[in-house]
Amino acid sequence: MNMIARRMFIVLSVAAFWAVLLVSPVSANAAPLQPGGPLPDFKLPIPEHSADKEYLGLTTSGAFTIAQIKAQVVIIEILSMYCPYCQREAPEVNRLYEIIENNADLKSKIKLVGIGAGNTPFEVQVFKGKYSVPFPVFSDEDFTLHKAFGEVRTPFFIGVRINDDGSHRVFYAKLGGIEGAESFVKLMLRLSGLEQEKKP
Amino acid sequence: MKRSLSVALALVVLSVFVCASSVFPVSEAFKKNIYDPGVLKPTDSVLKVKVGDLAPDFALPSLSGEGISLSQYRGKNNVVLSFVPAAWTPVCSDQWPGYNIVEDIFKKYDAILLGITVDNLPTLHAWTNQMGKLWFPVLSDFWPHGAVADKYGVLRSDGTAERALFVIDKKGIIRFIKVNDINQRPKLEELVKAIEGLGE
Repeated sequence: MNMIARRMFIVLSVAAFWAVLLVSPVSANAAPLQPGGPLPDFKLPIPEHSADKEYLGLTTSGAFTIAQIKAQVVIIEILSMYCPYCQREAPEVNRLYEIIENNADLKSKIKLVGIGAGNTPFEVQVFKGKYSVPFPVFSDEDFTLHKAFGEVRTPFFIGVRINDDGSHRVFYAKLGGIEGAESFVKLMLRLSGLEQEKKP
Repeated sequence: MKRSLSVALALVVLSVFVCASSVFPVSEAFKKNIYDPGVLKPTDSVLKVKVGDLAPDFALPSLSGEGISLSQYRGKNNVVLSFVPAAWTPVCSDQWPGYNIVEDIFKKYDAILLGITVDNLPTLHAWTNQMGKLWFPVLSDFWPHGAVADKYGVLRSDGTAERALFVIDKKGIIRFIKVNDINQRPKLEELVKAIEGLGE
């Protein structure tokens, strides 16, 4: 093998390695998720718990996308059992859930979902149990989703608007807490466009 | 050909190290004060104790001001030693806040947790203040530097400690050892299983 062929072999070997590395269902983003575009392409497992399944309006088994949730707005919290901020914020996020669920109009339109970044299913259950979290929280044990969201610090809240045609758009993506459940509901209604749609 | 193959493989291996990153969802509780040391050698010490050994006794200053020795728990409590490498680093900053919400599990099995790093007390004071109020003592193995970590064989060559867990029963016998990859957090369920194994 001459020198050029050898070099070609080396370059192709390394390129092949990178190609294998980069082809995956969910790719890692360097920057935190921004509003304006779609979510990264990912699916979550249909919850085994029937109450969670019912809450999300899911009827099938297997996996689902956020856009398949029966709602017009989905609020996603990227959290961790190991995050003291998330621990402190948990009661307020629970209150957010209660405000929505106790409002007949909002209940059918807005749903909450948690994703435990780097948390095993056991660790997610510990967090849910400790703070009596009433909404579904999914394990992202190997950080796949966390990477796709741009390796955000926690807690990180994402607002997703789901359209009638099944398409969706991220309208809110922000690091930090919700700073008051009532004002956060108002913010979600305004930024998602739901508030304007209610007006005649 | 053989040489070309070796070079290619070396480049691929190098690429793995270049693209690896210490992905962790650092809590916003620490703002931007976490220093990222990058990906470190997973372990860098040789254990000097094994399961079944009598745990080496030690006495260290704690954040509360009182000196704490391992032997003071003999016959009273099971003890979990949690060595973490250094204050203000990504994985360490999340690990203890996670343990902070499972006090009930420790209490159920008469277990006390002792958090240990090789940092000095002022550093530990500032760092743990960001975690909220911790229910367990935090000990400083600062001087003689890392002497206790060294006694157990978990002092790394750069003077930090391994991310290591030791479960010691009421008789002072080591019942479980986990020297984790320093870049990753040990799964909570492994520790819980070890504590459960001690019996109520």
